[in-house]
Amino acid sequence: MKFELTADQRDFMASLDRAITAADPVAANRAWAEGVTAPGLALAEQIAALGVSGLMIPEQSGGVGATAVEMVCAFEVLGRHAVPGPWVESAAFLATALTDERLSSVADGSLATVAASSPWAVDADVADAVYVVRGDTLHTATVGSAVSSVDSSRRLFTVEPDTTVGSADLNHAHDIAALAAAAELLGAGERVLADAVEYVKQRTQFGRPIGSYQAIKHQLANVRIALDFARPLVHGAAVDPTPRAISAAKVQAGDAADLAARVGLQVHGAIGYTAEYDLSRHILRIRALNHAWGTRSAHRARLLDLLTAAS
Amino acid sequence: MNLDLSPEQIAFRDEARAWLAAHVPTDPLPSMDTADGFAAHQAWERTLAEARWSVVSWPAEFGGRDASLIEWVIFEEEYYRAGAPGRVSQNGIFLLAPIVFDHGTTDQQRRWLPSMATGETIWAQAWSEPEAGSDLASLRATATRVEGGWRLNGQKTWSSRAAFAHRGFGLFRSDPNAERHHGLTYFCFDLAAERVTVRPIPQLDGEPGFAELFLDDVFVPDEDVLGAPGDGWRVAMSTAGNERGLSLRSPGRFCAAADRLVDLYRQAPDPALSHDVVDAWLRAEAYRLYTWNTVTTLAGGGDVGANGSVNKVWWSELDVALHETALELLGPVGESTSPWSDGYLFSLSGPIYAGTNEIQRNIIAERILGLPREPKGAGR
Repeated sequence: MKFELTADQRDFMASLDRAITAADPVAANRAWAEGVTAPGLALAEQIAALGVSGLMIPEQSGGVGATAVEMVCAFEVLGRHAVPGPWVESAAFLATALTDERLSSVADGSLATVAASSPWAVDADVADAVYVVRGDTLHTATVGSAVSSVDSSRRLFTVEPDTTVGSADLNHAHDIAALAAAAELLGAGERVLADAVEYVKQRTQFGRPIGSYQAIKHQLANVRIALDFARPLVHGAAVDPTPRAISAAKVQAGDAADLAARVGLQVHGAIGYTAEYDLSRHILRIRALNHAWGTRSAHRARLLDLLTAAS
Repeated sequence: MNLDLSPEQIAFRDEARAWLAAHVPTDPLPSMDTADGFAAHQAWERTLAEARWSVVSWPAEFGGRDASLIEWVIFEEEYYRAGAPGRVSQNGIFLLAPIVFDHGTTDQQRRWLPSMATGETIWAQAWSEPEAGSDLASLRATATRVEGGWRLNGQKTWSSRAAFAHRGFGLFRSDPNAERHHGLTYFCFDLAAERVTVRPIPQLDGEPGFAELFLDDVFVPDEDVLGAPGDGWRVAMSTAGNERGLSLRSPGRFCAAADRLVDLYRQAPDPALSHDVVDAWLRAEAYRLYTWNTVTTLAGGGDVGANGSVNKVWWSELDVALHETALELLGPVGESTSPWSDGYLFSLSGPIYAGTNEIQRNIIAERILGLPREPKGAGR
């Protein structure tokens, strides 16, 4: 029994964080939203070079052969920086669903995307390969028209199925993607909390930092509590990725990140409500991720079915 | 990162599970806050102690099994799973004993621990005073130096278990010139002593789960001072941390209740409450995993520090929400007294005792998030 990250896992998170921080990820996010994808693609290459694309892919297919624990470590860091690109789709869903050469190309760092839990494929215009799930089957896809997301750094596209592609268990792939999205929400929530704490220490009103008022403190303490209890669910689901554990993780990480977004915006006041201020990138990402890979209400419904079906 | 138990830990778990299955009373005991229930809970403590299950983490010489931290938690897990009685000895074995091990003399350990382990002596805590609740450091009860010891004067209140307990422990101001956290001394005293008046206070459920204590020149010998005179605050804060930090209770403490809630829903599903049922279950599961993470930290020699406050807010609010949902599911009959209504009334005390949740949120904001302290108010 040792329920904490190992030193290697913490080191992996730290080196990924350093590499992403150095690449000015929020600028890449903003450029991506404007259709300027070069900075985001350069960042993607760096992230792929650190092995993120192949974490869930066995070594014989060119991957790293790591576990879902390393995967959630990586996605928490991606979430902290609002990294653009179809990462959940490539490194979680397709890394679990694809087989053979298609799988190897994801392991090699090729960005691919898929429309599975929503009608749209994120970032299909820049992806090297685009897929769609219809029924229980994975297909290659033709990209249709653009649909705008509440998070403009997620470029959504309609897709039409082409040819059928052999795949592994798609339900499991869907769960691994939901787990990655949960980890990304956790990272985004942590980022908003950290930025909000910094802001309320500096912003002075009525002659004192607003962070010294209990009305502010208690709201931020609630965010700390919610995130601290989301993390063990995310890590627990990574250790044992059952549908029940994954739905619990997606719900609590979504709730905690949503609380972080609401409180983070509230304590920033009007400056937080501007597009120019970087807080907006994280708040909008949280909103979008609470729709991707199963809404909280869909996961609660599944959890209820699983719980009440058990004897 | 794993949640696997070793073969030795599994053997320990199986032994505990088998013993509990054979010995846990089939009918719930009467409330420990009644005279009959108190005696029945004391008898249960004796049964536990005879099989050396009452204080598994203590050294064998005091009635324990020298169990490791993880084994202790495994035992607690099994204890909750088995639906075993609440621990009437809790204030002693979980709150006072760690202090006695850390700060007590060898003589104090020999005098107090064995009868605490068997449940023969039940201890009550004496922290709060009428004017010292959340602001505990403003306490006024005094200790005056006399030949061979001290004389205690003043009033303590909300003293859990004191209606039927044998001894009390708490802080008294031993240096009248010192302020707040300074000049306090930690005393253990006899509740049956002359000049101690115990006035039981019925709680929300009508039973006297706590009491007021009036101390009128009560003599306490030097050998019943815990830690150094004047060092009481520091000594006591390790108790507060134990109470709030989880006292390392069962990771599954709320899982059994959440499972019963799911059962209740299955028998009488009310879709309007499905969201609350699912959330109670997943919050209990989050508590379970969070606790294993804490156990890992502590077993590795780490310190949870102010994270005990994070934990306390979570479990106390979860407990209220879980029981509220159950009562709602019961519909009109939820009004009648039942184990669910008992659990609900008990849960309502959670956000108050062991440091109110408002105090915990201040601690989280100031010590974990690093936010500036509130400017001191008048009178501080």
